[in-house]
Amino acid sequence: MTDIVHSDAPAVAASRAKRSASSGRLWNTRVIGVAFIGLLLVMWEIAAANAIFPPMSFPRISAILATWWQLVISGELLAELLPSLWRMFAGYFIGVALGVGIGLLMGYVRFFYNLLEPITEVLRPIPSPAYLPIMILFLGIDDEMKIFMIAFASMFPVLLNTYSGVRSVDPIQLQTARTFGVSGRKLLVQIVLPASSPFIFTGMRISLAVALIVMVISEMVAASNGIGYFILSAQRGFKIRDMFAGVLTLALLGYILNRLFLLIENRVLAWHYGYTQQRG
Amino acid sequence: MPPSGRAVLRVCNLHKSYAAAGGATVALNGIDLEIEPGSFVSIIGPSGCGKSTLLQTVAGLVTPSSGDVFFGTTRVQEPPRDVVYVFQQYTRSLFPWKTVERNVAFGLENKGTISRHEIAARTREMIGLVKLTGFERHYPWQLSGGMQQRVAIARALACRPAVLLMDEPFSAVDALTRAGLQELLRSLWRELGLTVVFVTHDVDEGVYLSSRVVALTRAPGTIAIDIPIELPASRDQIATRALPAYLDYRARLLAQLFADDGLKSAEAA
Repeated sequence: MTDIVHSDAPAVAASRAKRSASSGRLWNTRVIGVAFIGLLLVMWEIAAANAIFPPMSFPRISAILATWWQLVISGELLAELLPSLWRMFAGYFIGVALGVGIGLLMGYVRFFYNLLEPITEVLRPIPSPAYLPIMILFLGIDDEMKIFMIAFASMFPVLLNTYSGVRSVDPIQLQTARTFGVSGRKLLVQIVLPASSPFIFTGMRISLAVALIVMVISEMVAASNGIGYFILSAQRGFKIRDMFAGVLTLALLGYILNRLFLLIENRVLAWHYGYTQQRG
Repeated sequence: MPPSGRAVLRVCNLHKSYAAAGGATVALNGIDLEIEPGSFVSIIGPSGCGKSTLLQTVAGLVTPSSGDVFFGTTRVQEPPRDVVYVFQQYTRSLFPWKTVERNVAFGLENKGTISRHEIAARTREMIGLVKLTGFERHYPWQLSGGMQQRVAIARALACRPAVLLMDEPFSAVDALTRAGLQELLRSLWRELGLTVVFVTHDVDEGVYLSSRVVALTRAPGTIAIDIPIELPASRDQIATRALPAYLDYRARLLAQLFADDGLKSAEAA
């Protein structure tokens, strides 16, 4: 009996210590950040209720959320979101495929690097809104134009990161593969591609944000539906709550997409985190 | 000149120099070497003497400045099938995105003529031979250094190569692990009838493992001495290392290396 009490005592004390430590640590977790967002929203509500800004352009957050919910259940928001998501993902995946393909080629074959590096450096710094008018001239204002815009803009981060990834593949891995008779395209697919995947994922995450931006911009300039169109036309029609609801939707979309991306990345690159930890 | 005799590997008047600041660095300066099938040849020498360069040239990973390497009757230009190479840096040589099983199967999967079933069976067999059964689904980086080098050996041997080239394969592990790996390698060599060319800077390791030891001089590398090791085939980490013959081989090689280094003359030793 006494033995049990004795052996339990430290465990109880430890768990108590753990509990107090974890409640102390609450201030060091993300909870504090979420609470801060809550605080800002409450301040927004109070500011709007007291008409600190013109009520016409600065509605209460509660009213915005109510409008947002109305738009959700009426299906109106989804109807605008679906074409946006289609354009964005179509463009994004085309851009990623091109970026990985050209990046691998540039990293792997010196000729393609010499051929394509200068033009990449010339095109890359152009902000995508700048060539939007040109695209409208050539591709019109339909989905093709937007998908092209999104693909073009999201290609560059993937391309540059893929290229750096290929250049930094461990030469010992390449030599190992060569001693097993693996070369050419086999080497590219079996060794170079997986070995540079951590870099490719970095590029893909940057491109995801780029794709979202270009999607909204292209829809604001030339579209008859989509979330970007919705936000701008709500503003022009003085439906300010709708406008804010649209922006809120984009915030949620961006957050969810990033979370999803990290989830996939953590699965696919689990080996990379384990490996780099081992090597210190 | 075409190869003659029964050598499996033949190195003829091999020279290799690298471009360096202010001229060329000569790594190998006229190496002639014939490796008999079934032999275990260690190449020893001071660091920077070009012994790794020699091995990489034999493997077809480095192009010689002049001279030739023959594997059987063919001149080596690309890494030949039936010759595999085990690197010192196992953490960098194993593919970290592949499990132990997939790493070991890598060479077999790229041979092209072997069925899935056969690949699985041979992979299992090799993992068993290096005593890693139960770790098939682990990733290399989850294993200790000695275990990782065993994975690399299993991967190399799974292809049933005629020649195994090893570049200081055990120099990055602790002494006890090294002894274990030496025993494993000796027994695999004898069981599988391999030809092994083993580069090391450790005289003891060279004498203990080999049927022949070749010592290179300090760069530019040439062959200093080439001696057959006539110790009993069945060796023991403690008993063999205490044999007068073992100590004699060891003394001769060390004297050579020291003389080359200007530490002590060969006569004085």
